[in-house]
Amino acid sequence: MTAKPLSVGPWQQAWRALLRNPSALVALAVLAFMVLASLLAPVYAHHIAKVDPFTSNVAGSILVNGQAVDIMQPNDNPLHLGLSPIGPTGHAAYLLGADSQGRDVAARLLYGGRNSLLISASAAVICLVLAAIAGIAAGFFGGLVDSILSRMMDIMWAVPVYLFAISLSIVTVSQGLHIGPFVIEADNLLIPIVIIALVYVPYAARPIRGRVLALRQAEFVTASRCLGVPQWRIVLYDILPNVMTTLVVMGPLLMALALLAESALSFLSIGVQAPAASWGTIIQDGEGLIYTRPMVAIAPGLAIVIVVLALNILGDGLRDALDVRDAARRSS
Amino acid sequence: MPHAQSPHPLLEVTNLHKTYALPRGQKLKAVDGISLTVHRGEVLGLVGESGCGKSTLGRCLLRLLDVSSGQIKFDGQDITHLSDRALRPFRPRMQMVFQDSYASLNPRRRIDDLLADPLRVHPAPDGSTRTAPTIRARLLELMELVSLPATALDRYAHEFSGGQRQRINIARALALSPHLIVADEPVSALDVSVQAQIVNLFSDLQAQLGLTYVFVAHDLAVVRQISTRVAVMYLGAIVELGETDAVLHQPAHPYTFALMQAVPRPQIGAVRPPPLGGDIPSPVSRPAGCRFHTRCPAVQQRCREEEPALRPLTPTRSVACHFPLTT
Repeated sequence: MTAKPLSVGPWQQAWRALLRNPSALVALAVLAFMVLASLLAPVYAHHIAKVDPFTSNVAGSILVNGQAVDIMQPNDNPLHLGLSPIGPTGHAAYLLGADSQGRDVAARLLYGGRNSLLISASAAVICLVLAAIAGIAAGFFGGLVDSILSRMMDIMWAVPVYLFAISLSIVTVSQGLHIGPFVIEADNLLIPIVIIALVYVPYAARPIRGRVLALRQAEFVTASRCLGVPQWRIVLYDILPNVMTTLVVMGPLLMALALLAESALSFLSIGVQAPAASWGTIIQDGEGLIYTRPMVAIAPGLAIVIVVLALNILGDGLRDALDVRDAARRSS
Repeated sequence: MPHAQSPHPLLEVTNLHKTYALPRGQKLKAVDGISLTVHRGEVLGLVGESGCGKSTLGRCLLRLLDVSSGQIKFDGQDITHLSDRALRPFRPRMQMVFQDSYASLNPRRRIDDLLADPLRVHPAPDGSTRTAPTIRARLLELMELVSLPATALDRYAHEFSGGQRQRINIARALALSPHLIVADEPVSALDVSVQAQIVNLFSDLQAQLGLTYVFVAHDLAVVRQISTRVAVMYLGAIVELGETDAVLHQPAHPYTFALMQAVPRPQIGAVRPPPLGGDIPSPVSRPAGCRFHTRCPAVQQRCREEEPALRPLTPTRSVACHFPLTT
């Protein structure tokens, strides 16, 4: 026992287990790439593609192989009338073509990624914090607190998530949110963040409550009570660290759900508001062009699929890595 | 470290009941009218088969469970119905060592953090809050008391063996220098070789610190080694109570006798008497009359009708039997 130089805490142990898991590593790398690419959106737009992804550019033209090419061109499909945006150019500018307003799809994709990832990650974190508070309160204190919280959750549970999110969004998208003296404008990203966080709270809170119910009976909680440790300390130092694993595992899974919800709301024009982009709004832009310029819808769709897949794989990896009993077995 | 003498016995239990309500109006009487006194400096062994309520009794004594009726007095003060918060001032004086040495240590906290908890929560005897250096010094002292290296403080519970973990549990219980320790089958989950070490540690600590133990066990060998007095429990009640030697060598209750007979004897050609027939009856529907009559080899008609009270046989010995084996 004295031979080991340093003791490894459970979190460190889990981290090492995660690094030994190849699929989780790939997922982590994919996510890191997506986040980095989104963060570099302005660099790409201003310095590489040299385009403005937020203003309509239907009359503009770009240089392709030294020739000026109109962004909106006569339709090459005889069945469709009018003009059609330029398709993928293979050049830095308009790499993935233009949308119906002549904006660079590739640049919008990166800016959209910023919003989509920011909204889904923030919503997941807020949702977990609320769910942890509700779940721990219900599970630890039981009785009336549990009854009230659980019934509230049941009511929210009875309404389909998307229906609930859509109803809330429709109200806020028209007039913003007025909380006393504070006004949150309708185009503020906080609105979709808070709405998505709220609708998933029951789904996250229920497993947490179950975990806390079991933990409350744990011998080490009884031991703490026997030592005269006040309840708030038991919650903070005995319950919370053990619930934290559940929270960490739920994090990526919840973010995947939030990303899908955000895309759905934005697709329905009640999430991220124009001219700002998100992967959902770009899919909506591409909907009308699906037969002529399918890339406009496919690119953000693919981005969503890749990120959701990576988040799910990461979540599975975290669950395996954080199995405490497993960790104990490995070390002994 | 002798404690200031007080005119009261350390622990006084009167007619204690702990009943669990079951569905369909049934009641499980885990502790069914127990009275006993624990004196300063003694080790009271609490023995009985699993399910007899000895662990429940142990937890009631420290008020980790609410009691249904009866009275518990600690050092003359009634603690029967105090809340967790109101019990806090008593906690430094009464502690527990749990059976499951793994489950009773939070796996996500380092040992030094775990052991410091009681020292952070309770003020020092002079009323001041303990500082980090004094806490650290106390932790090192505790490690020495339970014969663990100081490096153990920097580790997590899963890095230790069962015996080591139980030492850590003992160290935590000792952190506040308690007078009374309730040990809830502290060695029953350990390897036999380790059991002896831990029982010896309990004995040494008792001699060194002048502790009082209520030592719950189902292993008579363990109880014989450490207890000054022993209480034999059956189906939620004490059936025999007295000095360890007297009770174990000359059992007065047929149940104690049967328990003694069941102890394996390291003797070539030893003839083992037939074991007790039948199972321990359900504490939900315990038999009328004497609670032991369904399994008693010497059962008589009176036993089926009338419940024997725990009555003194000699000044230091009590038994709950109409027809005790010794007089």
